[in-house]
Amino acid sequence: MRIRIRHETTYRYAEPPRTAVQHLRLSPRNHDGQHVVDWRIDVDRDCRLVQSEDAFGNTLHRFSVDGPIESISTVVEGEVTTFDMTGVVSGAVERFPPILYMRETPLTTPSAAIGDFARETTSKESGTLAKLHALLGAIHESLTFDAAATHSATTAAECFEHRKGVCQDFSHLFIACARGIGAPARYVSGYFLSSDGDDQVAGHAWAEAYVEDLGWVGFDPTHGVAPQENHVRVAVALDYLGAAPIRGAHSGGAGETLDVKVRVARAAAFSQSQSQSQSQ
Amino acid sequence: MLSRTADNLYWLARYMERADFLARAIQASRRLAALPKAYGGEETEWESVLLSSGAALAFETSGRPVDEANVIEFLTFAPENPGSIRNCLEQARANARAVRTALTIEMWESINDAYLEMRALESRGVVPCAQELARFLEVIKQTSLTYDGGAYRTMLRNDAYWFSRVGLFIERADNTARLLDVKYHVLLPEKEIVGGSLDYFQWSAILRAVSAHTAYHWVYRTSMKPWLVADLLILRPEMPRSLISCYESIVRNLDNLARAHGRQGSSQRHARGVYGKLEKLNMESVFQGGLHEFVQSFITENNRLAALISEQYLF
Amino acid sequence: MDSRITQFDELAGADGRTRAPYRKLSQWLAETPPELLASRREQAELLFRRIGITFAVYGAQEATERLIPFDILPRILARSEWATLEKGLIQRVAALNAFLADIYGAGEILRAGIVPADLVYRNPAYCPDMAGRRVPYDIYVHIAGVDIVRTDDQGFFVLEDNARTPSGVSYMLENREVMMRLFPELFALHRVAPIENYPDELLATLRSVAPPRANGDPTIVLMTPGQYNSAFYEHSFLADKLGVELVEGRDLFVRDDVVYMRTTEGPRRVDVIYRRIDDDFLDPLCFRPDSALGVAGLMGAYQAGNVTLANAVGAGAADDKAMYTYMPDIIRFYLGEAPLLQNVPTFRCREAEALTYVLDHLDELVVKEVNGSGGYGMLVGPHAAKAQIEEFRAKLKAHPQNFIAQPTLALSTCPIAMANGVAPRHVDLRPFVLQGANGARVVPGGLTRVAMTEKSLVVNSSQGGGTKDTWVIDDAWVGEEPMGQA
Repeated sequence: MRIRIRHETTYRYAEPPRTAVQHLRLSPRNHDGQHVVDWRIDVDRDCRLVQSEDAFGNTLHRFSVDGPIESISTVVEGEVTTFDMTGVVSGAVERFPPILYMRETPLTTPSAAIGDFARETTSKESGTLAKLHALLGAIHESLTFDAAATHSATTAAECFEHRKGVCQDFSHLFIACARGIGAPARYVSGYFLSSDGDDQVAGHAWAEAYVEDLGWVGFDPTHGVAPQENHVRVAVALDYLGAAPIRGAHSGGAGETLDVKVRVARAAAFSQSQSQSQSQ
Repeated sequence: MLSRTADNLYWLARYMERADFLARAIQASRRLAALPKAYGGEETEWESVLLSSGAALAFETSGRPVDEANVIEFLTFAPENPGSIRNCLEQARANARAVRTALTIEMWESINDAYLEMRALESRGVVPCAQELARFLEVIKQTSLTYDGGAYRTMLRNDAYWFSRVGLFIERADNTARLLDVKYHVLLPEKEIVGGSLDYFQWSAILRAVSAHTAYHWVYRTSMKPWLVADLLILRPEMPRSLISCYESIVRNLDNLARAHGRQGSSQRHARGVYGKLEKLNMESVFQGGLHEFVQSFITENNRLAALISEQYLF
Repeated sequence: MDSRITQFDELAGADGRTRAPYRKLSQWLAETPPELLASRREQAELLFRRIGITFAVYGAQEATERLIPFDILPRILARSEWATLEKGLIQRVAALNAFLADIYGAGEILRAGIVPADLVYRNPAYCPDMAGRRVPYDIYVHIAGVDIVRTDDQGFFVLEDNARTPSGVSYMLENREVMMRLFPELFALHRVAPIENYPDELLATLRSVAPPRANGDPTIVLMTPGQYNSAFYEHSFLADKLGVELVEGRDLFVRDDVVYMRTTEGPRRVDVIYRRIDDDFLDPLCFRPDSALGVAGLMGAYQAGNVTLANAVGAGAADDKAMYTYMPDIIRFYLGEAPLLQNVPTFRCREAEALTYVLDHLDELVVKEVNGSGGYGMLVGPHAAKAQIEEFRAKLKAHPQNFIAQPTLALSTCPIAMANGVAPRHVDLRPFVLQGANGARVVPGGLTRVAMTEKSLVVNSSQGGGTKDTWVIDDAWVGEEPMGQA
């Protein structure tokens, strides 16, 4: 499937900072399940955009700008062709052995309750893959999607306590459970083509877990499915922090507000919807 | 030098100077308040100390009644008064500690000793008696002298020294100006004086607050005249707490900085401007334009200089 | 004393005859009236307080600053003893560096099966961001503090490697200064190897690892978490001795992968950062996002090779207490040499057999958390209450991989001066090893830490331990007079 993506992020400041630095993980890479046809990044400030690869093999862009900075806007846009691999991720850049993805992080440390939940959910299943699928279903069932309930620093344990969250929280919980039953797991940030094709306020996130003999397998606990053709994989890490689309810091200034517009559509439909929105 | 280091040195000097001024102001007011009412000893004296030390609002918030014991405690030891002597000393020490190595051992010891003494006094958990209080105010004045002397005698004459001097003189100018602002009504020329010579003890209290009681007589060789008191505190270059003397020092130290860095900026220009104006001034024109107005505008100009310095050097 | 432990006193020796290095001190002590010792103790206290050497103790609200107890009697090592120790320390640090270069590079030791891969990759101190990156000259540990203990006349044991930001060197230096002021007569009696060149050696080490574009004249800074850090005094002391700026995160900024500091004359480029701040707080864009102590973009500049950090990020992966147990193998693997310094025999509780033994002998062993530091997460079996032993038993059963256990060592003792005379107390030693592109060096001596309470084995300053000056003296008695005559 050919998917076109446009993702615009704008930071505005009531009181302009003196300097700002940002790290962008906004560029997808190829693997057997996806091919990047074209992709570009624009930052609306004069700066040098330095490209490198981060620890996990993600493409990382860094820049620093001098103030006073009233706003910084970053736009990525491009086209990716995806193929249904029934969730199995092969041919991706791997920088570490799977065991590294057993590391606990503050966002994914399992509470006692999560440990119990993971054990109970998987006790009847045999085999890692079956256990992971049981977790996928159980997490999808037991959590309610609620954008107001959590924030970017919410931990898996906090989310599990309230049984509410967004895709980030669903994924963290899945990761905590998977690691808890001995399966290396990681966080994936990317894009999701929804059937309604509406503009979105954020990218998407899901998880991958390692299964002997199969390799890395994707699990999207928010939708309760394995990622297929409509998932575009951008970055992986131990948790959200390592894969966050944008991490930034600024010195001086105050009153930061964030505005995100994400459009994910079939390539054929994309230009049409764009022209419509322009004519409005 | 690191901007933060300069910032610490600058504020260290300001806090030390402020603590010293507070101690002197309290002592002078105590003396005045102890006089019989007929000699000008009035309860309002404590209100004016609160005003001149910039603590009036904080005191009002504390809800305490204005009386001698309350005001003195508030200005000296109250942790909730950000401008109390104890907090000045604590701030001074925190700044000193952060730049410990930019100070000479003598300077550090003078601050640290006073701090330890204060902590010892506080650790007993009881309100200090009048005698202890008097002693503590003396310690603060002593510390300020030792610190100042230590700086003068032991510091290398480099940017560390100049920043710390600039801080000291900006604070001193501010304190003198505030004192004048609170007391301007007793310093107006003779014909406007309502209360007559009853203000004599007010004038002398002002002089004591800036330790210029003796200096006055040496400079003017005449009995106390209010406009001369104002003249002494504003325009006499030989008086170390006069506004003009402070600015003469500020200009000199900022020039030293500019020379060492090979470039000057808006703070040098502004300081010279203020100094130039003071040089051309005489008391007649000050009174014509209004003493209160003059002092107000000076305080604004002085604050502006502080802001410019921070912009130019301290980020 | 505990009956199971045969005490080795460094002055009295095993047989009660004064050991040679202590002979002159012992004689001097015998001739010195107690009042003199008492007055020197007071002087020492006064000196330290005036200089402002204080140590912030976590959790103690009232006394956020207090003095580390200082004992006025020197701990003495003979040069021959020191020579062995020095060689062993340099060997140890060479192995630590080779190990780190390997686990962040090719990973040969993991493939060879000498160190289990999960112990490396799941170690919280292992830094994924460092994998596949080179650091200048492959040096990760520029400054190491290796904790050494002895139990008898013969060898030394390594108790712990500190490869992150070891502290205490300022106390080593200040202790010597104070001692020279207090006891000129003792220095006249002994030929004590000087240590005052440590700051110069440190500076040379830091200069040697600067990025090439500093052109031999690097700007070096010392980075501190700030004045509320427990070791702030040391940071400011060292910056002063090194003649470098003491910076906090807010004094630095990164533009286009270059680090600058804010000065009164504008931004100034920084080449080497001797950082005394933990990895986690270095860069909010890579590590803890809530860190206000670090510098945003620092890791980018580091990875671009525009700034050198000492010690390297991720160096802690080598000083973990679990990794410690593999150090003899690590030394053999990289250097092809036998270890010159022994490890304390250690049970890895992650191994089932070891765990069984440990659980059966909790009242005899010292149990340590592999990632704990400062003596907080520690059980000293022979001195522990029953409840505490049971508490550790539960912890051990739940997470055996988090613990190691060691036999209770009969740590050597040294005399300390007390109000009512002289008494032996347990000591350890932290020498500081420097490793630069210009070679490795150790100033003779180190920081002797002493448990001030009788029988206590905990020497950490955070737990009330004190310090002593450590002397390495020439073996002048050899051939002068027969041993043991005094």
